[in-house]
Amino acid sequence: MASLILEVITPLKKVLEEEVESVVVPASEGYMGVLPRHFPALALLRPGVLTYRPVGGALERMAISGGFVEVGPRKVLVLADAAEMPGEIDVERARRAMERARERLRRPHPGIDIERARLALERAKARLKVAETR
Amino acid sequence: MSMLSMRDIKRRIRAIKNIQQITRAMKMVAAAKLRRSQGQLLSSRPYFQKLEEVIGRLASAPEARNLPLIAEREVKRVGYVVITSDRGLAGPYNSNIIRVAEAALLQEHRDRSMVLIGKKGWQFFRRYPFELLEVVTDIGDEPTLLQAREISSKLVEFFLKKRVDEIQLVYMHFISALRHMPKVDQFLPIIPAPLPERVREREYLYEPEPLKVLEYLLPRYCEMRIYQALLEAKASEHAARMMAMENASKNAEEMIDQLTLSFNKARQAAITKEILEVVTGAEALKWQGQI
Repeated sequence: MASLILEVITPLKKVLEEEVESVVVPASEGYMGVLPRHFPALALLRPGVLTYRPVGGALERMAISGGFVEVGPRKVLVLADAAEMPGEIDVERARRAMERARERLRRPHPGIDIERARLALERAKARLKVAETR
Repeated sequence: MSMLSMRDIKRRIRAIKNIQQITRAMKMVAAAKLRRSQGQLLSSRPYFQKLEEVIGRLASAPEARNLPLIAEREVKRVGYVVITSDRGLAGPYNSNIIRVAEAALLQEHRDRSMVLIGKKGWQFFRRYPFELLEVVTDIGDEPTLLQAREISSKLVEFFLKKRVDEIQLVYMHFISALRHMPKVDQFLPIIPAPLPERVREREYLYEPEPLKVLEYLLPRYCEMRIYQALLEAKASEHAARMMAMENASKNAEEMIDQLTLSFNKARQAAITKEILEVVTGAEALKWQGQI
């Protein structure tokens, strides 16, 4: 059975290196599914949930806060700004961040960076979604 | 030294032993911090190298040459970013960096501006007539990505607003715990890494289009370069301090040995003198008895 190596690295450390059957990444223009022998690709990522299936295992999830992905025929390399496994997520903090971002988007002051608030909201949502799966 | 009394010598030995305890402790602390810095440096490298490679590939397209962070323009003013430490007692660490930075600045025939990271560099360069764009102190023992991001975005802004047309980075390049070397690297405009020979021009599917991807990645790359420079500088600083404290402890050991020798000599002299007095006294009594 064909498989892929999934590698996730952040500026601080290597988060994951595992043999997987499939990966779905939150690419900038929508979720992108990757199976073995995918055409080489380079895509930007937005904050979201990365899903992967380890060989012979069940689906796993990880929260990603932007970055980019390089897809080769046998390898998926994710360079994420930050990446968290379900056990590492601070749910309380994510919830507060989500509230804050929603509040900002609901009543935008002139001084507020809307794009930043939107990204913060997406990050918080991704974290909460991943934390739930545990 | 021979004029010192035994009590004075004893007091000095005690004082030096105290100093030695401190230098030994500082050496241990620096060694522990060095290990952490090295770990930080090592774990950030894979990300940095991949980013560098991808940017090299994307920037080889001719239209990339016109992106503001890559495009070269006539240089009227050069910005020098000098990374030193906040604290001293690190041997020749700061003076080595400052010497290289000073030489580069004095050789520069274009207008010069400075960005100083670290108190030691500021203490030295503030008396120079160069325009100071920014001073950053208190980086701490473990530089963070956030600090690098703040510094980088300021530098990028200086460059884009044409306050400087070129930025050079002067920092200590970390090779090993025993070897570090001052380095001057061009920070902006970005000089993309040349493509490695063995990488064949593979066809890629880009999302979004390649130039957009590159535009997004370039500021990240700047941040990572500052982060790397801060980490290397910090690891070198800890290594330099460790060596300096090692030497200080050794010197203290030598001084203690010498003083102990003097102390023993003084003691010997005192004993000899006492014996001499006793003998002389006895002799005198003998003479008295004879009279």
